[in-house]
Amino acid sequence: MEAAAAGTNYLNNGYGVTSWLLTKDHKRIAILYLISITVMFLLGSLFAVGIRVELLTPQGDFVGADTYNKLFTMHGVVMVFFFLIPSIPAVLGNFLVPMMIGARDLAFPRINLASWYIYVFGAAFSMYAMLAGGVDTGWTFYTPYSSASSNTNVIPMALGIFITGFSSILTGLNFIVTIHTMRAPGLTWFRLPLFIWAHYATSLIMILGTPVIAITILLVALERGLGIGIFDPALGGDPILFQHLFWFYSHPAVYIMILPAMGVTSEVIACFSRKRIFGYGFVAISSLAIAIFGFLVWGHHMFVSGQSVYAALVFSVLSFSVAIPSAVKVFNWTATLYKGSISFEAPMLYAMGFIGLFTIGGLTGLFLSSLGLDVHVHDTYFVVAHFHYIMVGGAIMGYQGGLHFWWPKMFGKMYPEGPARIAAALVFIGFNLTFFPQFVVGYLGMPRRYHAYPDEFQVLNVLSTAGASILALGYLLPAFYLLWSLKYGKDAGPNPWRATGLEWQTASPPPTENFESTPFVDEDAYEYGAREAHVV
Amino acid sequence: MSDAHAAVAHQHQFDSAEQQKDAATLGMWAFIAQEILFFGGLFVTYIVYRFTYPQAFHDGSHHLDITLGTINTAVLIGSSLTMALAVHAAQTSKKNNLVFFLVATLGLGSTFLGIKAIEYSHKFHEHHVPGLSFDGPPNMELFFSLYFAMTGLHAVHMIIGAAIIIVLIFQAQRGTYHSAYYTPVELFGLYWHFVDIIWIFLFPLLYLIGRH
Repeated sequence: MEAAAAGTNYLNNGYGVTSWLLTKDHKRIAILYLISITVMFLLGSLFAVGIRVELLTPQGDFVGADTYNKLFTMHGVVMVFFFLIPSIPAVLGNFLVPMMIGARDLAFPRINLASWYIYVFGAAFSMYAMLAGGVDTGWTFYTPYSSASSNTNVIPMALGIFITGFSSILTGLNFIVTIHTMRAPGLTWFRLPLFIWAHYATSLIMILGTPVIAITILLVALERGLGIGIFDPALGGDPILFQHLFWFYSHPAVYIMILPAMGVTSEVIACFSRKRIFGYGFVAISSLAIAIFGFLVWGHHMFVSGQSVYAALVFSVLSFSVAIPSAVKVFNWTATLYKGSISFEAPMLYAMGFIGLFTIGGLTGLFLSSLGLDVHVHDTYFVVAHFHYIMVGGAIMGYQGGLHFWWPKMFGKMYPEGPARIAAALVFIGFNLTFFPQFVVGYLGMPRRYHAYPDEFQVLNVLSTAGASILALGYLLPAFYLLWSLKYGKDAGPNPWRATGLEWQTASPPPTENFESTPFVDEDAYEYGAREAHVV
Repeated sequence: MSDAHAAVAHQHQFDSAEQQKDAATLGMWAFIAQEILFFGGLFVTYIVYRFTYPQAFHDGSHHLDITLGTINTAVLIGSSLTMALAVHAAQTSKKNNLVFFLVATLGLGSTFLGIKAIEYSHKFHEHHVPGLSFDGPPNMELFFSLYFAMTGLHAVHMIIGAAIIIVLIFQAQRGTYHSAYYTPVELFGLYWHFVDIIWIFLFPLLYLIGRH
């Protein structure tokens, strides 16, 4: 076992500001991303607080309708484009992809650093849009409202999203090239950790989807700036075309959020069940299947927008088919648990939470992809609850679980287990209390994006706001104990979880070059049985 | 690396120059894939409106200068030829040829942009610039919005390309590229041909379809 205490690692290899701001080390860039997206997460959460406080009472007494429109718009924009999309790939992926495949860095370190600067530059534009008075179009920027009617700061916000898109494209490009060309000797495709498969599939979506929203949002900005009519029906344009182009990216974008969380879950479930993942090949290929299917289902956002009924029929069938690879994953994780030596450290709690919440989110997705039922629940809180089960219950649970799982690797210190378990429980309870009532209130007919509502919906909304307070505690708690652990945490050692995977075979925190010598791989992923007491 | 035939240096994250080349090549192809989707949004928009407003698009294409468009197509294909010859010169370590063909590519690319600028200025005189000064039948404005968006985005790619060629010319002059190391020239060639191919689609869609 390597001596973690001796020698330099990526954290103490230079302390100056420029040693961070000009770093080409994928691990330091991951930390830069971690700090930036945490700031954006806090900002997005503040907008959510505004929304939930307003919805405590049926009347619009905390904020007016216009302010409320801005709150939910900026909550959506910040959370989707500046937190969820970069969250796992740009932080954990950046840190772990090279380490898991036994490489010294990503293929293009300078492009990696550039992607962070592009992200910050885009975030600056969106911050400007918010400080200048905000945007009220909804995060979907539907035309012609966004291009012709809204009198808020659509152009700087659109440019912010346009710019940030390129950071996502460059990250995806870097991952694809790195995974293809820089695997350690012996590390064949079907020996790769499932985290890598998930990031490969995610990167495909980033490369093939993001440019479409980039050009679309640029057209909206041009339309607004110059008064041309590409999506404005008054000038001959077609607003439905905007919706097609928008969702061509923004539906797959949901898979950019959820696939990496699935990758984290696979790693964590295998580790804390001390078992090889059940059906490795199926889980690996199902990531690619989700990425591919994900590109063919965007029309399910437009069942009531006036698209052809035949197109809607096809989109409905294809949307149902996404359930197949998703279920393959859920059943395989469950089968992995079967007869495993399970222990419930905090990452495992998040992973179990992920499975349950993702399943509810996925099954309610089937409601929404049914043509008839969707007419009833379209644009209600049922939809809001559904996608928060995927994005918050799925993606953020995965991110939190992954952050705890690899925290000892990133910083060489253990987080305190007790508070971490409490935080995981708070997140699970708070989350369900926040969003489960929204399924009910949505099914009863409460539309999304209104600041006032009929009196009979108040109880469910108060429950939801109460849940959000618990959820907020669950998110704040880790901020304290994780920072605490940096100074006072126990030394982690190279492999505190006795996990398989190349990233655990080097010191924590890892040296700048990751490994002392290029590792050689002669076994499949997750050989927990073989490594321990020779029980399967 | 003073000796051109010694092992070529590679960046620290790679094990060999060969691995570095493989990575760079795949990276460029992946970049071109995202470029196709980037332009793809505009092509889809074009197709939708072409079918919605066939007459307006028909009329619009008659207002484009087919002579200048044809000359520009020839100029751009010519620049792809000189670029291909530049890659060949780099592969065979012919430094003077490399510099010559890169300069020729830059010259042809600039010619294309110059002719494009003349066409654009004609559109201003004819009041065919959507948003700024437009005077024409309804829906033809959509045609010209797409004309400017598509050729404009293409021109931006040409300008970026021209800036990169200038860097390549200086490096070639210093003898950076030779038979053992010519990846940047080759990959820039890929990019340049891609930009050329975009025009090969734009020219018939905007200038030719609907003409007799």
